[in-house]
Amino acid sequence: MTWWQRVLRRGRMEELLERELRFHLDAHTADLVARGVPPEEAGRLARLALGGPEQVKERCRDARGTRWLDDLWQDVRYALRDLRRRPAFAAVALLTLALGSGATTVMFTVINGVLFAPLPFADPGSLLNVEEETKGIVDYRWGDRWAFSYPNFLDLHREIRSLRIGAYRYNGGTVSGSSADPERVDGLQISADLLPLVGVAPIAGRTFVADDDRPGAAPVAMISRGLWQRRFGASASAIGAKIVFDATPHTIVGVAPERFNLRNADVLTPIGQNTLEFMRRREMHPGIGVWARPRPGVTLAEAQAELDVVSRGLAAQYPQSNAGRGFVAEPLRPAVGNVGSTLWLLLGAVSLVLLIACVNIASLLLARAVARDRETAMRAALGAGRGRLARQHLTESAVLGLCGGALGLVLAAAAVRPFVALWPGGLPRSNRVELDWRVFAFAIAVSLACALMFGLAPVVRASARRMEQALRAGARTVTASRRLHSALVAAEIALAFVLLVSAGVLAQTLVRLWSIDPGVDARNVLTSRMAVSPALLGDPARARAAWRDVIDRAHTVPGVRAIAMVDTVPMRSGNNQVGWWTAPPEPERMKKPLALASSVTPEYLAVTGIPLRRGRFFDEHDRIGSERVVVIDEVMAQDAFGGRDPIGRRLWTDLVPEPLLVVGVVGHVRYWGVAADDGARVRDQFYYPFAQVPDAYVRRWSELMSIAVRTDVDPLTLVEPLRHALRGAAGDQVLYETRTLEQLSAATLAQQRFLLALFAAFAGLALLLACIGVYGVLAYLVGQRVPEFGVRIALGATGRDVIELVMQQSAAMIGAGILLGAGGAWAAARVLQRLVDGVRAPEPSTLAATTALLVLPALFASFLPARRASRVDAMTALRQE
Amino acid sequence: MATKSDLPQGTLDLLILKVIALGPVHGYAIAQRLQQVSGDVVQVPQGSLYPALHRLENRGLLAADWKDTETGREAKFYRLTRKGRSALHAETASWRRLSDAVAVILRMSEAGAE
Repeated sequence: MTWWQRVLRRGRMEELLERELRFHLDAHTADLVARGVPPEEAGRLARLALGGPEQVKERCRDARGTRWLDDLWQDVRYALRDLRRRPAFAAVALLTLALGSGATTVMFTVINGVLFAPLPFADPGSLLNVEEETKGIVDYRWGDRWAFSYPNFLDLHREIRSLRIGAYRYNGGTVSGSSADPERVDGLQISADLLPLVGVAPIAGRTFVADDDRPGAAPVAMISRGLWQRRFGASASAIGAKIVFDATPHTIVGVAPERFNLRNADVLTPIGQNTLEFMRRREMHPGIGVWARPRPGVTLAEAQAELDVVSRGLAAQYPQSNAGRGFVAEPLRPAVGNVGSTLWLLLGAVSLVLLIACVNIASLLLARAVARDRETAMRAALGAGRGRLARQHLTESAVLGLCGGALGLVLAAAAVRPFVALWPGGLPRSNRVELDWRVFAFAIAVSLACALMFGLAPVVRASARRMEQALRAGARTVTASRRLHSALVAAEIALAFVLLVSAGVLAQTLVRLWSIDPGVDARNVLTSRMAVSPALLGDPARARAAWRDVIDRAHTVPGVRAIAMVDTVPMRSGNNQVGWWTAPPEPERMKKPLALASSVTPEYLAVTGIPLRRGRFFDEHDRIGSERVVVIDEVMAQDAFGGRDPIGRRLWTDLVPEPLLVVGVVGHVRYWGVAADDGARVRDQFYYPFAQVPDAYVRRWSELMSIAVRTDVDPLTLVEPLRHALRGAAGDQVLYETRTLEQLSAATLAQQRFLLALFAAFAGLALLLACIGVYGVLAYLVGQRVPEFGVRIALGATGRDVIELVMQQSAAMIGAGILLGAGGAWAAARVLQRLVDGVRAPEPSTLAATTALLVLPALFASFLPARRASRVDAMTALRQE
Repeated sequence: MATKSDLPQGTLDLLILKVIALGPVHGYAIAQRLQQVSGDVVQVPQGSLYPALHRLENRGLLAADWKDTETGREAKFYRLTRKGRSALHAETASWRRLSDAVAVILRMSEAGAE
């Protein structure tokens, strides 16, 4: 019989065993009778010779090799029965476990999807990302890694044999032309080989071919599934139809599947058709990303070697642009920004909550184990092995752990979507967050680890004790467990303290940040990116006229008090960092200080409420041909000119060759966000008139422009009127990324708020659990000491004395916990300081408040049992003895 | 639950294998044969016999079939598997070596006492 048969056919095995022994007894009896022994006496002798039938059977079962499984099954049933018998304990334990493991599982599910899920491409593990690298030259703005220049990509594409490579470049634009409203979409210019390279096939039509991907080819486009549904009703006739993208009709050749959502692009066009100047110049790096896949049998090292050969050749051929410039290939990883650190931080926090839950259950189980001492000792005396008893304890806790884990998994399944939806600013790759086998494995592993943790406490204690002592001493064995109980309470308090201090540090941070003036008056300001009619962009004069028209028309909208154009809006992503100096000669590239440069129109101060400190701001007279002027902020005034008056001085910048005349000084704006601005590398700011932007730059600047509007009414009510008023003659001018300045300002604190909310919730839960733990342990310890208190009271102790006695014991545990937790809290505060902008070391007041928040409820929780102890009736207690 | 067997540790298995090697046999017969062959010198506790049989069966040294005895009752007959036979040879050889060695040592100590 195989092992499985023995397991599955337990009943049959038992029957056969019974028959075998029966046969033995009968045969022996018959032999004895044949020798003349009377039948009854013969039966007795035979049984005597064999030994107790139950013991023999038990040892045969042991020999069978499936014994542990039988025991396990027995223990599981025992554990379940036991849980049902004590519904209060079961409910508290399962609920805390479910909350703890559920929260942990949610965090792991998110981490699993965002950080670990592979890219949605064919064989994603072998895909590479290729960048340019300047060896030995680390630019202080961008480091030593660069996006590709297009000529370098073309040469690499032509020469490299070991890799297939493809390129992409972000290219947002306006879709117009059909009956639907014009809309601003994200776009991507890709080389013809990019989609085949990553193994993405179109869901309709075709992908680009090499003949599309060259200058002068007929304009073609692929569209996203979303755009296909939105504008074409997912009709097959869309293939071959025209779509007007940035004022140029493109023939739609294919539809890309949803999983190819690189930069959320809705319109894909061949990169080779872009003939703008920056695509032709080798020293320009217009944000071109390059992906690659080694050809079969090629290792990464071999591919890198060939990349080095090609880059050395290019460096020799084009020393001006390519000297010291190499190509470096690395495995392609999903872009998730810095959410990883936040996710790990949260996983750490929920793990602490789970640990507290475990400690709590450990103390409950320990109390019960102490109460069961006599039962345990009895079973040991009846022959149960120490290992067997330990195994039973662990089985019971494993059952508890797995039940809690299963509940937690259910909670996690329900909570993970809402959690992802609450992530400030949207969680990258959130579409990959789902419960898969890794999540299940994690939940089971966590449950078992918890079970081991809280199951070990009684076992550790049991093996430290001598059984016969327990039998003799009866129930009063409390001293043996007191130390373990105190340790558990201290651990709970310590863990809760870590979470409370973390929440306190975050709260302190937000309180401080809220009181900081961002430098702008954010109320009643609407900002929006804007695209002027793409057809006008080619001609600087017409583009300027279009923008003047935008301003004039916006003024006609009721409720608009002031309107300005600006290329970089404070507290929104995107900025323009420009090198500056105050006297010739021009410093070396690496030594130039940087400032944030904003190109604005005259009403900018009126819109944003930035205060004018000295001199003047721009007016209608500052235009092309008049003296180039600049307004600097007070930080830059200090950095550039020290204490001297900056008005009338010259400022040289990387923008234009000639110096700019400083005409005014304005207040500093916390451009990087209320929290991040203090620690930002570039804090100097200057403003220059959009009207003085050279003709050559007007096209690029127009692509980046936003409008900012100060309103007399709720700014969001003006979105539609403005959209309508600013559509332009061709009806293809659109507003996008429309936000109030208050929304932008709040968003810069979103991470801190989100973390505070979560940490406050975790800390509250931890506090509650810790108080339950303190109460439970003290109630138990007091209950065990009732006779002792009886004696004390009989000997003249007052109720007050007894309360003091109990409270002292509790205070010692809590104090030890706080001391223990202080180190952890310090470390947690350091981690928060490193990961979250604006966090500073905890202030004494924060520490005092969090300590009080923990100690007072914990003392209150221990006061209830203490009072009960003080009301012990001496006679009743002594009679118990 | 120490066994009351006077047999050295591990020898019960060897004796059982040896008895079964003579042909398929049921538990009671094994007990009897051990008793007879050893001339009552070796006390084999019947209570230890069945756990040993089951352990050997579990290790694959024995196989068992239910067959009728000569008296017409169904009993569980044990027989040696190939693995059991080679285990018997190995155990026998090692037992011989051990007992020879013990014998030599015992003789030495007697000589030393004279």
